[in-house]
Amino acid sequence: MSPEWKKGSAELLLLSLIENVPRHGYEIGKLIEQRSLGALRFHAASLYPLLYRLEKRGWVQGKWVEKAGQRRRRYYNLTAQGRTVLAAQRKGWESFVLAISRVTGAGNA
Amino acid sequence: MPEWKELVRRQLAELRLTPEREAEIAEELAQYAEDRYEELQLSGVSEAEALRQTLNEVLDQKAMASGLRDVERTDVPEPVVLGAGTKGHFLSGVGQDVRYGIRTLRKNAGFSAIAILALAIGIGANTAIFSVVNGVLLQPLAYPDSARLVSLYEATADFSHSSVAYPNYLDWRRESHSFSEMGAYRSDSFNLTGLGRPERVSGEYVTASLLSVLGVTPRLGRVFRPEEDRPATGCTVMLSYDFWQGRFGAEPNILGQKLRLNAMSCVVIGVLPASFGMTAQVYLPIEQWTGVGLRTRESHPGLRVIGRLRPGVSIQAARGEMEAIAKDLARRYPATNALNSVAVVPMKDDMVGNVRPVLLLLAGAVGFVLIIACANVANLLLARSAARKREFAIRAALGAERWRVVRQLLTESVLLSLCGAAVGLPLAQWGTTLLVAAAPASLPRSGDVRLDMYVLLFTLAVSLMTGILFGVAPALHSANINAQESLKTGTRGAGGGRHRTEGIFVALETCLAVVLLAGSALMIQSVWRLLQVKPGFAADHILTMQVALSPKVMASPSGIRTAFQQLIERVETLPGVQAAALTSLLPLGDNDSEIDFWLGNGPQPGPEGLKTVVFYVVSPDYPAVMQIPLLRGRVLTERDNLGATPVALIDEVMAKQIFPGVDPIGRQITLIALGTVQIVGVVGHVKQWGLDSDDTNKIRSQVYFPLLQVPDRFMSSGVTGLTLALRGKGEPLSFVPSVRAAVAGPTDDQPVYGVRAMKDVISGSLAGRRFMMLVLIVFASVALILAAVGIYGVMSYAVTRRTSELGVRSALGASQWQIVGLVLRQGMGLAGVGLIVGLAASVTLTRFLGTLLYGVGAGDPLTLAAVTVVLGAVAMLACVLPAKRASAVDPAVALRCE
Repeated sequence: MSPEWKKGSAELLLLSLIENVPRHGYEIGKLIEQRSLGALRFHAASLYPLLYRLEKRGWVQGKWVEKAGQRRRRYYNLTAQGRTVLAAQRKGWESFVLAISRVTGAGNA
Repeated sequence: MPEWKELVRRQLAELRLTPEREAEIAEELAQYAEDRYEELQLSGVSEAEALRQTLNEVLDQKAMASGLRDVERTDVPEPVVLGAGTKGHFLSGVGQDVRYGIRTLRKNAGFSAIAILALAIGIGANTAIFSVVNGVLLQPLAYPDSARLVSLYEATADFSHSSVAYPNYLDWRRESHSFSEMGAYRSDSFNLTGLGRPERVSGEYVTASLLSVLGVTPRLGRVFRPEEDRPATGCTVMLSYDFWQGRFGAEPNILGQKLRLNAMSCVVIGVLPASFGMTAQVYLPIEQWTGVGLRTRESHPGLRVIGRLRPGVSIQAARGEMEAIAKDLARRYPATNALNSVAVVPMKDDMVGNVRPVLLLLAGAVGFVLIIACANVANLLLARSAARKREFAIRAALGAERWRVVRQLLTESVLLSLCGAAVGLPLAQWGTTLLVAAAPASLPRSGDVRLDMYVLLFTLAVSLMTGILFGVAPALHSANINAQESLKTGTRGAGGGRHRTEGIFVALETCLAVVLLAGSALMIQSVWRLLQVKPGFAADHILTMQVALSPKVMASPSGIRTAFQQLIERVETLPGVQAAALTSLLPLGDNDSEIDFWLGNGPQPGPEGLKTVVFYVVSPDYPAVMQIPLLRGRVLTERDNLGATPVALIDEVMAKQIFPGVDPIGRQITLIALGTVQIVGVVGHVKQWGLDSDDTNKIRSQVYFPLLQVPDRFMSSGVTGLTLALRGKGEPLSFVPSVRAAVAGPTDDQPVYGVRAMKDVISGSLAGRRFMMLVLIVFASVALILAAVGIYGVMSYAVTRRTSELGVRSALGASQWQIVGLVLRQGMGLAGVGLIVGLAASVTLTRFLGTLLYGVGAGDPLTLAAVTVVLGAVAMLACVLPAKRASAVDPAVALRCE
């Protein structure tokens, strides 16, 4: 998938993935790859800067969590502000996709 | 498995994140790498391939660094030149250094506060002293092209800088070619009447040329015209800016108004600018002065001459020309000018020359205070650098170059000193005000003292220098840390070099404190010894003030005499007043008055036959008021008036010098311009010139002439501005209101001014020394405290460092006292070295106090002994607490730490 597509949707992807469950970075990267069936892949070099940026904006919050028998990991969850942003982005994305498909799909219909 | 964390860290190093943030990110990314690596291996990829892929994905340096840099931008706004780029760009990353420095200082708030306080005191004190040095010594005078202004004096046999006879000035001005213009002025004071209550205003009689010499443009109106500076022309007057503002509410229509000054009615023609350097309130053309002294070459009526050198004419050339003119005048007027020459000095030197050594001395002393503060802060930094050893080791391990660490530390120390300057500036402002207030009134140009741009630049330069000065040793030391050693040994470890440096700093500050202590101790002794000097009169219970007569009585000489007599009578009958008298001259004040005389009643001999004496015109009770003892003959009485034989009292010095082995009573001397008088009494000598300098003054003989025998022609001009002295029971100043009322008289138009208790006149004569003493005491106290803090800090730290050693010692049977002794020996050893060097330095440096010392030499052994005791005691005190702590070390606990 072209980098431009990824860039536009990266925030939305990240926020959606931690909407209900706090996740650590590796897990987030893994899930994006799995759920997109390999179409989307985020390496650490782009994933973490993005996470830190969202954290700085106050949309997500990272917390070190220590689980028995594991080393401590940093889990990210959605803040209240992040939730609002996610809702707005989701809506925006849906209407964007709808608009695109209307234009591109209308001819085929 | 690879050391992921270390690999990640190495990449992050370039981003210069805070250590905490860096550690956090490194941990997170290392985990990611680990997960990815494991996953790749589980999926069957070879180990080498897994490693390659992980490195590629996770440690894609360019992508990661640029991604992170964007995010962490608010912390690190300046673009970091990565890789080789940092080399050679000395200034790159200064922003980070500053930011990091601020954070470090904030984290150690206690340390920072102490360091900033010490620096603020040092920098503040230096700024305050510099603002005085700057205003008084460095800034040019507030006249255009002021470097070309020179002061001219007559050089007589007795005085190298004597005031000038007006006819001589006129000849100088006419005959010289070195000056584009020459002017003269003479201070006086005037009764201002006709505007409500009469008041005494200060004034200057000036030549019409003076203002153009100085290059002064009036604020309002115009300057004097040459034709206004002629005898018997209508009187014109210029006002000072302050007087115009204060007395006339800055009235714009002041020009053309008439002021009644003494008996003259003077038209206001101009107002001087605020920046005009003289302090008098009114300025009149000098030819308006009707005093006989203006027209004779015998008289030197306080006339001061200023010239403006023509462009291209050097002061040496002017001096040569003036000397030639003086020689010619000596030939033409041998009776008055035979022994006189001319002194030409730059006007600024003339104004500030006297205070230059004092101010430079203070600048040196305050520099010592700053060095002590620096040594203290350097020691604090050294102690802290031990605690930060790990930090520097990690940075070094991550590839930080040595100079980067040094730069970081210097940035921190400069930050500290800039903070010190920021706190020090208000201190300086306050200190400057205090200095100017405490400075003797004789401090010239005190109005020019202010915290201006030059002072601020000085402060900035001093703080930058200070920061580097106290930062260099700790920074170099920290940069030398062996990374591996430090990481291995944790927070402990050897540091012999640091302790040596600390020791040097402590010795240095002790040494400087000793010099300041010695200086202030010598000044205290000098002032104390001067206070023991007998002035020749009893100053207690004497009140003095200047009095001016009503313009109504000034018209006739007999009226003036009567008015003076009545004034004394009114004051003497006041309750509590024991005696009152008038005098033309008070001892130990700012004024002096001399007269030439010759023995017998013959015609005036040549200059070599004339002798000069200090000359007092007094009312009969003056010796009684001052309690000057009568040694032979009689005192003056009311009967010594115009109708009687003119008489005079002389002092014991004159009796010995002029009449050695002979009884002077009944002898005649002739006072120039006054005539022959008979000596009727010998009184004790009075220290006219100062408690310290009277003994060495060239003119010591004194003559007292009766006020009632002053000839008519001198009465109106010669005896204005007399001083009333009275002796009363109780606090002298408590008499002021009643005396003021009594002097004012029935017409209520005789003001008093310059009111002072005689004991204040005496202490005023010591003002310069007292000032020096006070400032040195303050500096020495600060130095002593800082030195004590320094010794205490180093010793406390030494005890902490040696805890286990001390534990071993006490486990091996050392007694508590032995342990205390051990610590005291170390501390006192450092102080001792400083003390010895300091004592040696004091012997040399206190010599610069020069003439400020009185009755005590620079290397006075007693003073040095006292300084040793004080410093020893303070150093001991500073060592006692750490020593006690050392003796309380529990061997078991101390060894467990091991």
